Amino acid sequence: MDIEAKVKQIVMDKLGVEEAQVVPAANFIEDLRADSLDTVELVMAFEDEFGLTIPDEDQERLRTVGQAIDYLKEKLG
Amino acid sequence: MLSFHAKFSSFGSSVPKKILNNFDLEKIVDTTDEWIRTRTGMFERHIASETEAASDFAHQAAVNAIESSNVKYKDIELIIVATISGDHPFPSTACIVQKKLGLKNIPAFDVSAGCTGFVYALDVARQYVENGIAKHVLVIGVDILTKITNWKDRNTCVLFGDGSGAAIVSRAEASDISRIIDTKIDADGSQGDLLIQQAGGSRMPASHASVDGNLHTVYMEGNRIFKNAIKSMYASSEELLRRNNLSVSDIDWVIPHQANMRIIEGLADKMRVPMSKVIVNIEKYGNTSSATIPIATDEAIRNKKIRRGDIILLTSFGAGLTWGSILARY
Ligand SMILES: CC(C)(COP(=O)(O)OP(=O)(O)OC[C@H]1O[C@@H](n2cnc3c(N)ncnc32)[C@H](O)[C@@H]1OP(=O)(O)O)[C@@H](O)C(=O)NCCC(=O)NCCS
Repeated sequence: MDIEAKVKQIVMDKLGVEEAQVVPAANFIEDLRADSLDTVELVMAFEDEFGLTIPDEDQERLRTVGQAIDYLKEKLG
Repeated sequence: MLSFHAKFSSFGSSVPKKILNNFDLEKIVDTTDEWIRTRTGMFERHIASETEAASDFAHQAAVNAIESSNVKYKDIELIIVATISGDHPFPSTACIVQKKLGLKNIPAFDVSAGCTGFVYALDVARQYVENGIAKHVLVIGVDILTKITNWKDRNTCVLFGDGSGAAIVSRAEASDISRIIDTKIDADGSQGDLLIQQAGGSRMPASHASVDGNLHTVYMEGNRIFKNAIKSMYASSEELLRRNNLSVSDIDWVIPHQANMRIIEGLADKMRVPMSKVIVNIEKYGNTSSATIPIATDEAIRNKKIRRGDIILLTSFGAGLTWGSILARY
């Protein structure tokens, strides 16, 4: 599975949202109704899935589905 | 060289009578029952009165633990109290508890490791017993954090409750199935500023400015601790399982520090432990710091959830930062 598909799957699992909602522009908090702790949990799930460490400073760079995919592509690329 | 095994003889606990629930907190700070429940899983917490202090509950928890065991008061050879909110900066709360128990000619000292204090103290007690220096050690976790809480700060004041829990760690007889299998404690002082009581020590003694600036109360960067908490408890727990050739399915009960339901769920998820095996009482007590684990364990024993022979995993994290786990057959 490519990064994009895996990210979408994690977002669906963690936030309990439909695939159709998980578009690149979707903001985790505003559009997908995550709370601030959900966003931390999402980042931890990305870390586990992709075997990397995302520093606290970078948390802010992963506000939307698209940003998360871009960030992970950059780090893993 | 290891000469003996240590085991848990018994547990006991004690909490203040006064209860503050989320609706009471709505009247104190700008918060809601819904926010507190969804972010933390908490509903009620017990709060010490103006005249009550740490040693009052530590003493009662100790009495309850002793009375639940076959150990006699005079058999106790060491008292260790884990606390960051003792009666006084000195003497130690352990010495005050010793006096209240009427025990003489035994050592007593406090351990400071934030919410991991009880786990740290158990690790120490285990060494004394395994090395044959003591047969029965009284280990107490007690915190009265509501007395060092900033009641204007909604980020922290909704999280804490008061109370104490105690355990008697004893030498295991050859015929005993109960034993502490292994312990692992750890720390990372470089992250100490995330959770700190800044004033009141030699760095910043009490002054008008320190009181006015609320620097004698708990300061916490909660969202940065959240991730650390899950990762660190996972790390020490996994290490214990690995080096004892046990797997998650061998564990009967996980008793995690009760700081936040979301942290507990995150840990269970990461460890792949079903929540049905995790002891949770956070909705009734909030975060009682070093007392959460012994209170939860005591309750689960009294409710006949935890039985003799069960494999239990205690795991905690806290100020320091500190963290650690205990693996035992109860
Ligand atoms: C404390 C904790 C529940 C806060 O949750 P969080 O999602 O990280 O919260 P944040 O600090 O990011 O704040 C999110 C928002 O909630 C608000 N908030 C904080 N406390 C609140 C409360 N009691 N009621 C209502 N809103 C509150 C914040 O002001 C913030 O609002 P803003 O976005 O408008 O600024 C969580 O971080 C936690 O449990 N961390 C671990 C701490 C811990 O266990 N410490 C003990 C170690 S022993």
